[in-house]
Amino acid sequence: MTPTLHIKDLHVAVEGKPILKGLSLSVNKGEIHAIMGPNGSGKSTLANALMGNPKYEITSGQVLFHGEDISEWAADERGRKGLFLAFQYPTAIPGVSVANFLRMALQARRKAAGDEKPLPPKEFRKLMKEKMALLRVDDSFAGRYINDGFSGGEKKRAEILQMAMLRPEIAVLDETDSGLDIDALRIVSEGVNALAGPDLGVLLITHYQRILNYIKPQFVHVLVDGRIVKSGGSELAHELEAHGYDGIREASAA
Amino acid sequence: MSDQQPQQPVLDIREGYKEKFGFHDDIAPVYKSRKGLDPEVVSTISEMKKEPAWMREFRLKSLEHFERKPMPTWGGRLSDIDFQDIYYYLKPVDEQGRTWEDVPADIKRTFDKLGIPEAEQKFLSGVGAQYDSETVYHKIKESLSAQGVIFLDTGSALEQHPDLFREHFGTVIPPSDNKFAALNSATWSGGSFIYVPKGVKVELPLQAYFRINAQNMGQFERTLIIVDEGAFVHYVEGCTAPIYATDSLHAAVVEIVVKKGGRCRYTTIQNWSNNVYNLVTKRAMAHEDATMEWVDANLGSKLTMKYPSVYMVGRGAHAEILSIAFAGKGQHQDAGAKVVHAAPDTTSNVMSKSISKDGGRAGYRGLVKVTKGSGGCKSTVKCDALILDEDSRSDTYPYMEIEEDMVSIGHEATVSKIGDEQLFYLMSRGIPEDEAAAMVVSGFIEPITKELPMEYAVEMNRLIQLQMEGSVG
Repeated sequence: MTPTLHIKDLHVAVEGKPILKGLSLSVNKGEIHAIMGPNGSGKSTLANALMGNPKYEITSGQVLFHGEDISEWAADERGRKGLFLAFQYPTAIPGVSVANFLRMALQARRKAAGDEKPLPPKEFRKLMKEKMALLRVDDSFAGRYINDGFSGGEKKRAEILQMAMLRPEIAVLDETDSGLDIDALRIVSEGVNALAGPDLGVLLITHYQRILNYIKPQFVHVLVDGRIVKSGGSELAHELEAHGYDGIREASAA
Repeated sequence: MSDQQPQQPVLDIREGYKEKFGFHDDIAPVYKSRKGLDPEVVSTISEMKKEPAWMREFRLKSLEHFERKPMPTWGGRLSDIDFQDIYYYLKPVDEQGRTWEDVPADIKRTFDKLGIPEAEQKFLSGVGAQYDSETVYHKIKESLSAQGVIFLDTGSALEQHPDLFREHFGTVIPPSDNKFAALNSATWSGGSFIYVPKGVKVELPLQAYFRINAQNMGQFERTLIIVDEGAFVHYVEGCTAPIYATDSLHAAVVEIVVKKGGRCRYTTIQNWSNNVYNLVTKRAMAHEDATMEWVDANLGSKLTMKYPSVYMVGRGAHAEILSIAFAGKGQHQDAGAKVVHAAPDTTSNVMSKSISKDGGRAGYRGLVKVTKGSGGCKSTVKCDALILDEDSRSDTYPYMEIEEDMVSIGHEATVSKIGDEQLFYLMSRGIPEDEAAAMVVSGFIEPITKELPMEYAVEMNRLIQLQMEGSVG
């Protein structure tokens, strides 16, 4: 079976400097993978390169989505195809409301799926309300400008809200747990869990094991210096918790 | 390379304009003056309009001012204007349409393309549509008339309300004010006249659509609005114009008097085709506790020089000026605002948003003036510029003349570019690059578009989107 997302021997450079040095990984719908790694291991580079940030240059290797090489695609094409990135540092867009933004994004996604007609306003509002309730955000959220003046927790909730609305096939969560207090972490995690299922594959990128108390991955990978040095089940996260990245580094170097 | 692709054409933001907005029906004008300007042409205009002697004198006097005044040497490039190569008067139909049925079919067709009948159904309470120099269709909803509100084309107002007209006409902007105000005073034709009696609040915005539709046809409409004590009116002026090969001159004058405790809002969406010189003088006189608000959006034209101003002449008067300037390829928007605090405790608030792209030049030129004896004044000016590429330019010229100590004056200016981060963020959600850029621009001007009536806000965003199409990448 062709994996939904297939990363093959990926090399990525930022401003000429190699960061990812041959990363391979497959993520299927219905699976939750966690990638754990210390600072500077290439976690955010992976997230950005997968989404097609032009600042991140794929120097060799491939990213396949349903078997199709999307390495050269622009970010919007990837987004429409069903790839999603929950940003570590979401950008503010002053003057553009969350609702308007999502309406446009949803329409672009539907259009790509062959449905020219936008979602009727009534249905859109209903969907928004439902998803906002899931993320426990106030109704006023829809009218606020995207990430403009949002607290750290609101930003992360807004990311998951977008994911809930756009229903991607593969979602990359880039350190979604960073900067969250325990309550916000729980809400965000519950949101992700509610969305997880046979139609969604999740690639959870994190530094800390903490979020894995709430979101249970079937697969855990350890990223060190641009490569996956170890893969395993959820028990690997606990091993990391006990021995730290140094322990893994030593083990993998041996 | 043998299979060389044809080079991507450089996109003019006005490309496709003709299909999208530009259309010009072949209407045979009933009367067309000869090209050029002299006392005879001016007298003929007055004669054709069957005006009283004082107006003919006013026009001829204005012509003298016009001839005496030098061309402005600041602002934009005006040297290409040939005043002798312009028709100063054109009259498309003999009688003014009273009802929709009376409007000629070819003119209706043009209005159809503008979506006017539909807009009218929604909330138009009166339409003053200037087609070439003359207003052809003008209808006042009965409820307005019942309240004593006068909404006419300016020519008819001179005829029907001579005293009220003469009392205010030319008092806010005298012909000697500047060269283009003088030109307008000599050759004016059409425009709107509004009088709102004491205490009457007009609930729905009054709207007019302006168009230039004859090659080399200058438009010199003249608008006069009088808001009596405690009254309120919102006037909306939206412009679209067909595209032409030769340059067109548009030099309007808008005079507004807001009496004690009254409030007037004047909204403009200017979208002339990019061969038009748009040199407009707009000024309001705000008396005691009166409020004047200009919402002024400039997207079209080759060169716009326009600085809506408010003279606060009574204690406690307030001025609000919101300005948007969008300059694309070959365009220069020299927009701005002027607030004159000529009485104590007057307050003003100016917000300017300028956007430039594809080598366009947009800017803010503003004056804050506080006269001696006008203590307790407060003024805030905020100018934001968004520059979309390396070839484009933004200018800010804030002038201040403060003759009083006990005042509070604030000025704040920012210049920004569309961030790669913002584009990537929006695009990651599936939004194409040009739409994403348009979203950032629409967001940038949102503090002003939210002040527009809903229909206009929608149209404004659509125009921005059209201007942004194919502009990035």
